[in-house]
Amino acid sequence: MTVRTGKPFGGWLIWTLALAIAAAVWLWGEALVPFAFDYPKGWRIPAARWIGSFVNWLVKDAAVGPVAFSDLTRFVAAVIDKPYQLALALLADGWQVAEGGAARQVVPPLAWLAVIGIVALAGLWAGGPGLAALMAAAFAFVAVFGQWHSAMVTLASILVAVPVGVAGGLMLGVLSWRHPWFESLLRPLLDLMQTMPVFAYLVPILILFGFGPTAAVVATLIYAMPPMTRVTTLSLQRLPGETHDLARMVGCTPRQTLWRVLVPSAREPLMVGVNQVIMLSLNMVIIASMIGAGGLGFDVLTALRRLDFGAGLEAGLAIVALAIALDRLSQAVARRGYRAPLPGGIVARHPYLTAALALILLCFVLGLALPAVQGYPEAAQLSTSAFWAAAVEWINVTFFDTLEAVKNTILLWILVPVKRFLVGMPWAVAVALLGLAGWRLGGWRLAVLVAGLSFLIAATGQWEKAMITVYLCGISTLIALAIGIPLGIAVAGRERAWMVTRTVIDTLQTLPSFVYLMPVVMLFRVGDFTAMIAVVAYAVVAVIRYTVLGLQGVDPRLIEAGRAMGCTDWQLLTRIRLRLALPEILLGLNQTIMFALSMLVITALVGTRDLGQDVYIALTKANPGNGLVAGLAIAFIAIIADRLLAAAARAQRQRLGLEAA
Amino acid sequence: MRLVPISLAAMLAASATLAQESTDPIKLTLHDWTGQLITTQIMGEVLKKAGYNVEYVQADYLAQFAGLETGDLHVAMEIWETTGREAMDAATATGNVEVLGPTGMQAKEEWWYPSYMKEKCPGLPNWEALKDPACAEAFSTAETAPKGRYLGGPVTWGGFDEERIEALDLPFEVIHAGTDAALFAELESAYQRQAPVLLWIYAPHWAPAKYEGEWVEFPTYTPECYTDPAWGSNPDMAYDCGKPFGEIWKVGWSGLKDKWPGAYKAVGAFTVDNAEMGAMITEVDLNGKTVEAVVADWMAANEPRWSAWIAK
Repeated sequence: MTVRTGKPFGGWLIWTLALAIAAAVWLWGEALVPFAFDYPKGWRIPAARWIGSFVNWLVKDAAVGPVAFSDLTRFVAAVIDKPYQLALALLADGWQVAEGGAARQVVPPLAWLAVIGIVALAGLWAGGPGLAALMAAAFAFVAVFGQWHSAMVTLASILVAVPVGVAGGLMLGVLSWRHPWFESLLRPLLDLMQTMPVFAYLVPILILFGFGPTAAVVATLIYAMPPMTRVTTLSLQRLPGETHDLARMVGCTPRQTLWRVLVPSAREPLMVGVNQVIMLSLNMVIIASMIGAGGLGFDVLTALRRLDFGAGLEAGLAIVALAIALDRLSQAVARRGYRAPLPGGIVARHPYLTAALALILLCFVLGLALPAVQGYPEAAQLSTSAFWAAAVEWINVTFFDTLEAVKNTILLWILVPVKRFLVGMPWAVAVALLGLAGWRLGGWRLAVLVAGLSFLIAATGQWEKAMITVYLCGISTLIALAIGIPLGIAVAGRERAWMVTRTVIDTLQTLPSFVYLMPVVMLFRVGDFTAMIAVVAYAVVAVIRYTVLGLQGVDPRLIEAGRAMGCTDWQLLTRIRLRLALPEILLGLNQTIMFALSMLVITALVGTRDLGQDVYIALTKANPGNGLVAGLAIAFIAIIADRLLAAAARAQRQRLGLEAA
Repeated sequence: MRLVPISLAAMLAASATLAQESTDPIKLTLHDWTGQLITTQIMGEVLKKAGYNVEYVQADYLAQFAGLETGDLHVAMEIWETTGREAMDAATATGNVEVLGPTGMQAKEEWWYPSYMKEKCPGLPNWEALKDPACAEAFSTAETAPKGRYLGGPVTWGGFDEERIEALDLPFEVIHAGTDAALFAELESAYQRQAPVLLWIYAPHWAPAKYEGEWVEFPTYTPECYTDPAWGSNPDMAYDCGKPFGEIWKVGWSGLKDKWPGAYKAVGAFTVDNAEMGAMITEVDLNGKTVEAVVADWMAANEPRWSAWIAK
């Protein structure tokens, strides 16, 4: 990393020169170097064909010794299916026997009152009466809006996906902590798992794992496991040396050191990983429902096909309620720590478990006599469909012309020019500038990586779509920053405002974007503008969260010092607080870009023409090669942005003296 | 432990009625539109009457082919010629999926406009009215003006609308909706404001029942129109006509006929027509009945019909 010794002045010079050359090539180079503008078809790498045939081989012919690869995956699917069927029977369907076509229920599932009681007990155990009330309220909300059965189907698959995801993530994390070579192999794979749109690998997964809830669980795992793996490795690396010394002193074997000392010491950061697995699993609910998982995701899709926004919103909010309940519960479990066991017999030692079992039994017996105890009575269900339909209609009729004018202005003055600029830029110039940025920020290795990946996008013939992707996500990211940073600054110091904001952004993050996408289509028509709104709504969450995190983490002594020196509030903010929070804000920017890219598949559904659309078309034409190549291009864009930003953040930290050079 | 005798008895009873057919559940796929839910549940209920064990699986329209090929799923009741042909051909080419015949319903797809647009474009529904610049302008937006805006289906549906516009020399621009839901969201929005809209609508669907409007009448489709440029009003280009009507197919896993021969026959015999289906979709989507109730009504009213499908 000795490259970064150039003085700021030298940096400016290099950039001015580079941009001048780039502009010259762009303006006058078309006749001289036509291949720099349109990547010649003859030079294309037929990656789609190669990947397509590899996938075909993998699902049809690949074998480990005498066992076909697909048999192996089918076995895994069968193993996952067993606990899923159990959870499903317990929560949603009960145990049934087939009786000449009509299935007859022999044992009913847990009564809704019993489930609410159990989650409240879990809340009481982990976090006290407040949490118990929250848990009960979230589940009661689901029941009141008539989402009970679907929500329990969704919950069943979450209950299977989360433990498997946590265990798998932990294993991989420990392995990459133990063996650095494993980590360097795993890291790019994790990047791909997180940034590749699920639609891109859906078809191979369906063939390998069978159509149904298990394939949905596998797809969920691929998407939700990486954060757990990263957090595990990171938190094990960060453990202080004393912990290792302690383990050695008391004579632990390596295995005991790991499981009895290290993992328990890293418990709190590990729970952050668990929390992410839960949240991301719930994010996958919609896509999982497309491949046979059913549940709330299916309700959202069906409601929106009927344009029943209210029903879609209710199902979406039920997902949010589950997410918030599970999130708060897992955080409370992390904070609870270890407590000495209670004395006494089995019943006295496990008061919560005993109470839960008693409750189940009581509800079962009561449920036989009173159906309202077993299933939530239909007459008491609420529906807000009519209200939402009327609300959307009112806004549509009253404000459409105003909104249309605003939209047209933004479209004509910002979106269209930026799109033309990016699509018109010669690919070779863009690759060269990216390489230069990589070299300036992180040395030649970064330069090679960044230029290489962007070259691959051009070489597989996806440059134009990739530029449309960059344009859509870039503008959305900027708008998200313009909204999120001021908002983050405004709420960072105010406890109350932050509480409210947090609830709102949690909701935005877990509410399926489909739910608000269709009303937005009604107001803004299909096209880039609607897509942009959807991306901004989702990505702004990351900006706000990390800005607040950064500002709250600023050392109060430094602010005091600034005040003592007579800084005004504005100076305090711009010279001290924002500067010190910059690394977190940059991390937030990185996450914003990731979020924006992950929305591409959704925006394809409102008629954009980017890489997300390619992925979607490939899915509909059952062409895994094309889908994976487009998915890889999206992942490459994400990796380029991530690496450049990480390098910039490191440089910034070094300049501020927060990290050794 | 009391479970065991019950389930054994149940299995014995089931196998007696089925005469040696498998008691494994037959898996029928459910998608996210009402017509398909009705078709599938009618089939499912009929199979149940014949003593089969039936399971409904919620699946994506296109992703389901992966499941049909491996035999994880068994029957898909509605594959539209117009939107699912390629995926269906790719699946049948593997030899693991089989087309089980037409459902009897015909998919109608065409350009559609609400009735109030006739004031601005008096020549409609004749397609030549669209050639009038004033009429095209009435359908325009800021992005497309002075050309008219035609909202096409998702790119994946195909439909050759760009070609049609060129061949018939219409002053229109195609904007593609990304999904079916987005398509109808735009229609709902425009209809509430009585604003201009011209878009791709298909039937059987609830939209033609809910909104008052008409299909544009293009020159009638013939296969030559799509293949032979000389055909039709434009001697140099194909696609100078309307869209074809398409069958809606039933598709199944090829193992079906060996594992459940009776069910295979019943699925093959299933037919309903457009009018019947349109009425049922309206009952559900506009009158608020549940799919189950509508299916039960149909079963009660059509007993001789479905009995014939499952007759030995």
